[in-house]
Amino acid sequence: MDWTTGLGWFLFHLGQILLVIVPLLVALAFFMWGDRKVWAGVQMRKGPNVVGPFGLLQSFADLFKFVIKEIVVPAGADKFVFLLAPLITFALALVGWAVVPMGPGWVIANINVGILYLFAISSLGVYGIIMGGWASNSKYPFLGSLRSAAQMVSYEVSIGFVIITVILLSGTMNLQGIVEKQAGGFWNWNVLGGGGGPQHLIATVIMVPMMVVFFISALAETNRPPFDLPEAESELVAGYQVEYSSSPFLLFMIGELANIILMCAMISILFFGGWHAPWPEDYLKGWNPTLASLHGLVMLWGKITLWFIMFALVKAIVPRYRYDQLMRLGWKVFLPTSGIAVALVAGLRVYGIIG
Amino acid sequence: MLQAIAFYLLAAGVIGAALGVVSARNPVHSVLFLITAFFSAAGLFVMMGAEFLAMLLVVVYVGAVAVLFLFVVMMLDVDFAALRQGFARYLPLGGLVGIWLTIEMVFVSASVARDGAAGKVAGGPQAASGDVTNIETIGRVLYTDYIYFFQAAGMVLLVAMIGAIVLTLKHRQGVKRQNIADQVARTPAKGMRIVGIKSGEGIEA
Repeated sequence: MDWTTGLGWFLFHLGQILLVIVPLLVALAFFMWGDRKVWAGVQMRKGPNVVGPFGLLQSFADLFKFVIKEIVVPAGADKFVFLLAPLITFALALVGWAVVPMGPGWVIANINVGILYLFAISSLGVYGIIMGGWASNSKYPFLGSLRSAAQMVSYEVSIGFVIITVILLSGTMNLQGIVEKQAGGFWNWNVLGGGGGPQHLIATVIMVPMMVVFFISALAETNRPPFDLPEAESELVAGYQVEYSSSPFLLFMIGELANIILMCAMISILFFGGWHAPWPEDYLKGWNPTLASLHGLVMLWGKITLWFIMFALVKAIVPRYRYDQLMRLGWKVFLPTSGIAVALVAGLRVYGIIG
Repeated sequence: MLQAIAFYLLAAGVIGAALGVVSARNPVHSVLFLITAFFSAAGLFVMMGAEFLAMLLVVVYVGAVAVLFLFVVMMLDVDFAALRQGFARYLPLGGLVGIWLTIEMVFVSASVARDGAAGKVAGGPQAASGDVTNIETIGRVLYTDYIYFFQAAGMVLLVAMIGAIVLTLKHRQGVKRQNIADQVARTPAKGMRIVGIKSGEGIEA
């Protein structure tokens, strides 16, 4: 087979995409299980423990249950938009993974504006929710989707500012470039100011709070507790998901989970060195390139798992925010803080105080 | 070959979606078509090598502006009969604008066909070069040659933002608002009073 022809190129990239998406979807099933186990552990329950060893196959049992149920479309619903909404959520959650570098050179699309692409895709996630809520033609879903739209648009702004501070530190929008800048040990990670001498301690003071802002905004952007107001069950039954059943509901759920993992990957890449180990990696020089990339893959997914456990813990521990408190936090606390941080980091770069 | 397929798919997407915007009966569908058109246009930008513009189009127009459109349109209760009544009345003006835009498009296409996209005017747009990313190119021009225009645009946006706040901000009396700083600063000494109550007597408020 000649890979340089159009057809060969197409097949080659199709293979790459499947190589990312299929393991990702399988991993999601186990992340779902882990989420429930952490939640159960905090509440001193056992969590899923019936299907398979330690309940590991619970997510697959749920999957089959969803798939073989009947799809109910409400009589007054806009049928096309109603079914399009979960598809959009699901597709957008997977599309973002195209630019995530899994190891040295292991990325489907190594584009120059990778970080902007991720930002753009995560900002599109609101469409699935708002379309689903509107198309259901019912009050609770509509209220849920309006809440969600306002919430996601608000927190996108502070996520954007935090991303700008990282871009300013790294000097590139290419995700591979951002990861490569953080090589050589945890003291070079962006969360600690990007490394390069004691003067970077100033950047550390700025970047640690920025990481926290990013994490909390990521919770709000993915509608995770404590910011799960779009589906607040005590007020809105289940928000925009009320009218959904069977496979469409499953698509919403997988899409949401894939978005959460994508946010975990973004934190790992932007602040915690992506596929770099927390220690100097000189020993990798003698390794086979494939083995070295595999080493990176393990490091990245270790970090993602760690951050996912943080997401799960927050869900278990923190009570839900009230809506006005949520808006206050986004606009009156995070927006000014991250805006000032952008100005400070830009100043540090312009006057040559840091790298 | 693949490029041609992608181009025709995206171009057909833009035109089809644009037709959908004006022909859809439901305004929410119109906005959804508009979003499709923006998205396909972003794809065309990527094909031209202007990936930064493409991402901006998606972030700003699709991710923020169109969400607000959708927000507003979904909450409106549109009367379709009333909408269609005005059709004949607005036809002359609308037709004029349409013809004017068509003429402009023809002129632009003709000049591109004759001189190429970059044009022959001195200081005109330059084609992207391989060694510098187009973010860097835009940044260099924007923050040097066009810095005053850039600042002026920023000022206009700032004034617009303050204007919006001034027009919509209402200080209603008698509304209970949460002051989080007050709540956090509350101490046991400020928050409670220890009263010794004698048997058989009430407490004076």
